[in-house]
Amino acid sequence: MEKLFFYLVALVAVGSGFLVVKCRNPVNSALALVNTFFCLAIFYVMLHAPFMAAIQVLVYAGAIMVLILFVIMLLNLGSEAHKRFTHSLIGGSIMGVLMLFLVFFFVNRGEPTGMRGNITDGLVDKIGHTELMGRTLFTEFLLPFEITSILLLVAIVGAVILAKKEV
Amino acid sequence: MVSIHEYLMLSAILFSLGTVGVLIRRNAIVIFMCIELMLNSVNLSFIALSHHLGSMDGQIFVFFVMAVAAAEAAVGLALMITFYRNRESIEVDDINMLKW
Repeated sequence: MEKLFFYLVALVAVGSGFLVVKCRNPVNSALALVNTFFCLAIFYVMLHAPFMAAIQVLVYAGAIMVLILFVIMLLNLGSEAHKRFTHSLIGGSIMGVLMLFLVFFFVNRGEPTGMRGNITDGLVDKIGHTELMGRTLFTEFLLPFEITSILLLVAIVGAVILAKKEV
Repeated sequence: MVSIHEYLMLSAILFSLGTVGVLIRRNAIVIFMCIELMLNSVNLSFIALSHHLGSMDGQIFVFFVMAVAAAEAAVGLALMITFYRNRESIEVDDINMLKW
């Protein structure tokens, strides 16, 4: 039953991922991308990571996609009318198939290590995923967390300076 | 029970779709969305492996990837708006001011 559900959601995710690449109108691509994000959130719930699913919906499907849609509508982009033939279509498809083949080959040949840590599904359900995340983030990964805040500050300043009138 | 291999396969398919999109599309915003798709497929493989290995580290990494993606979205879209103001176009073929 779980397997059937997985394949159903995976089909939707791959289908909407294909639509992101294929759609001529950027707004349609953006909506297909939101669909893919929701499918990934479902996978995160299936993997016992409910906090990541909530963050996926809030940050990606909420904030980032709204920003992208805002820019698309601000620039008033229509569909790509002219259809020029480029060699990038053939080259890109060949590269994509090659990459898919390579990854399939290595995933099938290799075996992920069996060394398990101490976080089990039962522990996640008992303590709560958010609390486990918070404990790890604020003890073991405190320095990267602080560096991330500097990164976000730099991004804010950069966006403001780039979007000023005279550049 | 869904095995780790199926999640990794799905992640590979989504990553390849994103790669093809980056290579064949000319609209800068669509290329940007394809990059987001690639980042998300990597996030999926991080969380699947983290679940498989019984460790929290992969999910912390996903957290940082999301922060970087948010910063990238802000700066990248500001760049696109500036470029559109100068050239009235968002096609990557027109971005050739630094070409010699």
